Amino acid sequence: MISAAESYISISGVSKTFNGRQGEVHALKDINLNIKPGEFVSVLGPSGCGKSTLMMLVSGLLSVSAGRITVGKKHIDSPNADAGIVFQQDVLLEWRSALQNVMIQAEIRKGDLKQAKERALQLLKMVSLNGFENSYPKELSGGMRQRVSICRALLHRPPLMLMDEPFGALDAMTRDQLQIDLLRLCADNDMTVLFITHSISEAIFLSDRVVVMSPRPGRIESIIDIDLPRPRRLAMREDTRFIEYTRELTQIFKGLGVFREEY
Amino acid sequence: MSIAAETPVVPKVNVLNRLLAMVPPALWSVIVLIIVWELSVKIGEIPNYILPAPSAILAEFGAYWHRLLPNAMVTGGEVVFGFLCAVLIGVPLSVFIAYSRFMERSVYPLIVASQTVPKVAIAPLLLTWFGYGLAPKIVIVVLLSFFPIVINSVMGLKSAPREMVYLARSMGASGWQQFWKFRLPQALPSMFAGFKLATVLSVIGAIVAEFIGADKGLGYLILVAGSSFNITRQFAAIILITIIGVVFFMVIERLERVVIPWRHRGLSETDA
Repeated sequence: MISAAESYISISGVSKTFNGRQGEVHALKDINLNIKPGEFVSVLGPSGCGKSTLMMLVSGLLSVSAGRITVGKKHIDSPNADAGIVFQQDVLLEWRSALQNVMIQAEIRKGDLKQAKERALQLLKMVSLNGFENSYPKELSGGMRQRVSICRALLHRPPLMLMDEPFGALDAMTRDQLQIDLLRLCADNDMTVLFITHSISEAIFLSDRVVVMSPRPGRIESIIDIDLPRPRRLAMREDTRFIEYTRELTQIFKGLGVFREEY
Repeated sequence: MSIAAETPVVPKVNVLNRLLAMVPPALWSVIVLIIVWELSVKIGEIPNYILPAPSAILAEFGAYWHRLLPNAMVTGGEVVFGFLCAVLIGVPLSVFIAYSRFMERSVYPLIVASQTVPKVAIAPLLLTWFGYGLAPKIVIVVLLSFFPIVINSVMGLKSAPREMVYLARSMGASGWQQFWKFRLPQALPSMFAGFKLATVLSVIGAIVAEFIGADKGLGYLILVAGSSFNITRQFAAIILITIIGVVFFMVIERLERVVIPWRHRGLSETDA
C-alpha cells in the first residue's frame, strides 16, 4: 500500500453523483487510491464503472461530490493545467496542421513559441510523424491522428498524463504500435500516467499497477501490481507471467459478473 | 496474356471530348438550354410577347444596356449591402444565442417566429415607415437573409464536441481563447453554409422590395416593362438578376475557400 505521504496523486474518499433524469446516479463511491510519482497506473473496468469519471475528477474538469483529490500536494478544485490529456477521440483541430495542432498547447499557455516548436518537431519525430508536420488531420489516418494528440498532450512536459481509452477507437495492430510509442515517450519524459482502458492485455502491458473497478456504483474492486521488466516488448504478452495476470484479471471480472460464459 | 500486354489501351481522344473538357459542365447545360430555347421559339413561331428567343433578348441587351446596367448596379448594391448588414447583425447575435441560455430561450423563438411572417405582406408597412429610398430595401433583404445566417452560426458555434471544450480548459484557455481558437474556427464551415443560403435570399429580398415600391432597380424595371408588355425587356432584367445572384454566390464560395482552406485539402471522403 502506498501511503498518502509518498504519493503524487492522492484520492481519498471520493464519490461522484450525477443528477440524471431518473434522479441521482452514483458514478463513483468512496474511491481511495494513491499513486506514486512516475508510476504508470491503469484503471480497468467494464463500461459504466465510472473509470472515465475518475480521470475527469483528477483532471479537475469535473468536481467531486465528496472526498478530496490532491495532485502534487495541490488540492484539485479547478481544471489542473499541469496535466496533459488524451481522449478516445483525438479532438484534433481540423483547421490546423499536425504541427500547429501540437503547438496550440504552447499558444494557449503563452510560453516560448520557438522552443515549443523545437520540442513539437522532436515529439512528432519520436512517434514517426516526421514528414507529416504540415499535413492536415483530414490527410492522416486514425493512428497518426491519435499520435498527434499524444504529442499535443506532452508538449508542455506535464508531470501528469491523463489518458481516457486513447487507443479504444484504433485497430488492433495500430493499437500495438501506439502502446509501444507511448511507453517510449514515457521512458523519455518523467511523468506519472493515469490510463483508462477496458482492455485487460493493454492494462497489463503498459502498467506498473492495474486498478480494477466494478460498476454501479463505481468502486475499486482490487489493485494488482504488474511485475514485468521494462522496457516492455510485444513478445512479453506470451510470457507465462503475463498470461497469469490475464487469468487473474479475467477471473475477477467473471466474479463480478462482467463475463458470463454459459451459452 | 502476352498479346494483351503488348497492346496498350490508348484512350480515344477526339475533338468532341476535348471540347467537352474545356468547358465546365454547368456551362454546357446552359448552352444546351439556350439552343433548345432558340430552336423551339424559331420552329414553333412563338411571338416575342409570349416567349422571346435568346437572340432577341441579346439584342435587347445591346439596345437597352444604358438603362439595364445602372439599374442592375442599384439592385446589386441593395443585395450586397443588405447581405453585409445581415452578417453584421446575424453573426454577433448568434454568438449571444450560442453562449447564453437566456438569450437562446428568449430571443431564439422570436427569431424563428419572425420567419413565419410573410415578408411580402409586411413590405408595404416598411414602405410607410422608411419611405421609398434605400432603407426599406435593406430592411427587407436583412429580414430575409439573416435567418439562415443566425441558424447556421448558432449550430456551428454549438458544434464543438465536449472533449474539445475539456481539452481547451485543461490547457487553461480563457473564455476568449476558447472562442477564437476553438469554437469560431469550428463554426466557420457551418457559418458559410448559412452565408451561401443568405446570398440567394438577399437577391429575392431586393427584388421583392423593388416590386413594392421603387423608382430604380431591376425589379422596378420588370414592373415598368410589364406594364408596356415588353416581355423581352423583362427577360433581359430577369437574366441580369440571375447573373447577380450566381456571381454573388460564387464570390462567397470563393471566399469560403480562402477562409477555410483545410476543408478542401486532402482526401475527399469517396477517395479514402
